[in-house]
Amino acid sequence: MAAACLYIRQDPNLSSDSRAGLTVTSLEVWRGERRLFSDLSFELQPGQASYITGPNGSGKTSLLRVLAGLSVPAQGVVTWDGASVSRLAPELRAAIAYQGHLEGLKKDLTVTENLAFYRALWVGDGDIEPLLDELRLDEFADREVRYLSAGQRRRVALSCMRLRRARLWLLDEPLTNLDAAGAEVISAWLREHTAAGGTAVIATHQTDRVQGTAALEVEL
Amino acid sequence: MNAFALILRRDLKIAFRRWGELATPLIFFVIVASLFPLALSPEAYQLRDAGPGFLWIAALLSSLLALDGLFRTDVQDGSMEQLALSPAPLALIVLAKTLAHWLVSGVPLIALAPFLALSFYLPLEALPVLVGALALATPTLSVLAALGAALTVSIRGGGAIIGLLVLPLTAPVLIFGTRATSLAIHGEPAVGPLYLLAAFAVLAISLGPLACAAALRVGLE
Repeated sequence: MAAACLYIRQDPNLSSDSRAGLTVTSLEVWRGERRLFSDLSFELQPGQASYITGPNGSGKTSLLRVLAGLSVPAQGVVTWDGASVSRLAPELRAAIAYQGHLEGLKKDLTVTENLAFYRALWVGDGDIEPLLDELRLDEFADREVRYLSAGQRRRVALSCMRLRRARLWLLDEPLTNLDAAGAEVISAWLREHTAAGGTAVIATHQTDRVQGTAALEVEL
Repeated sequence: MNAFALILRRDLKIAFRRWGELATPLIFFVIVASLFPLALSPEAYQLRDAGPGFLWIAALLSSLLALDGLFRTDVQDGSMEQLALSPAPLALIVLAKTLAHWLVSGVPLIALAPFLALSFYLPLEALPVLVGALALATPTLSVLAALGAALTVSIRGGGAIIGLLVLPLTAPVLIFGTRATSLAIHGEPAVGPLYLLAAFAVLAISLGPLACAAALRVGLE
């Protein structure tokens, strides 16, 4: 598959680096006046997925935002391919996709326009038709995002994320609002992603796991 | 296509789909500028003296009003997170957004100004200078208002705070803008203040987006 080739095409210097992948070292994160967790360390090699679990308010979202480089931890280091995520070169930055609670879609644009915008921003021009088919989005392709249901928006948002061909996926409750068929498509994507050497960190409440991926459980 | 052109095009497309929001600051500009002659005496000589000041204050307030939500919708719907994580520099993205906004709010304001100037009995010879001064000043005002919008992006109801933050910074633009206009009204060369307005614009456009990007990163945390 064309997509799979892109995942494993890496700079030879990077793949020979022993620190390839995601490394979290003695991380401590605060939210306001409250310490969420401290001394968190784990390591993810290419092809591995990690599930972050924990009760509400335990810091799953905060951890993902730190991993994405959106927030700065109180202590500790997060590195991606050996470089700190807060100071990433554009090529390494492009390899990380983050999908939080907010969809990142413009409500005044149609589904196609949103997808085409992100497609052009992440990977340049290309065809978005196969993606619309796969997620059964084609019937609302020309509808403005404001008229979509929460589940449909989530599908569009996850499709935008998939467009990036990123090597590291950071997903915050990806299955929220999705129906069984939608959840199955996302699970298939995750399997394909990790099988092709991609890395994923998934914050979740759900107990069911995507089969066939070497997974690491991190409980906060 | 590069990120700058993409974001410019996306923001223009959204702006034209919500043209009602574009019209509000312009109508505000027209109404405020037309209230001054009503509140003051309709004597031509008085209006001509005070006209430049009124026009500039109206333009200033309407620019601020227009930019209030520049980043807020992007932060609320999550697209700012995605843009902040894109390989393109955030300052460049901010510049594209500000330019898009200036094109749909600043340019119509510049186009409307000569008509309002006529209601203040400004001589026709002064209109090119007024338009030129506004064309040089509105980019600076847009960048300053964008900075205010970036700093208050995580504050609920940040509109009034933007005014407090940004209005003092706009004083030089107001001073040299009105100065250029009144010099032109009296038939004197207005090149000096225009050069200064151009210098402000260069300074604002080159440094403003960097400050906006830093403020947005803090706002996203």
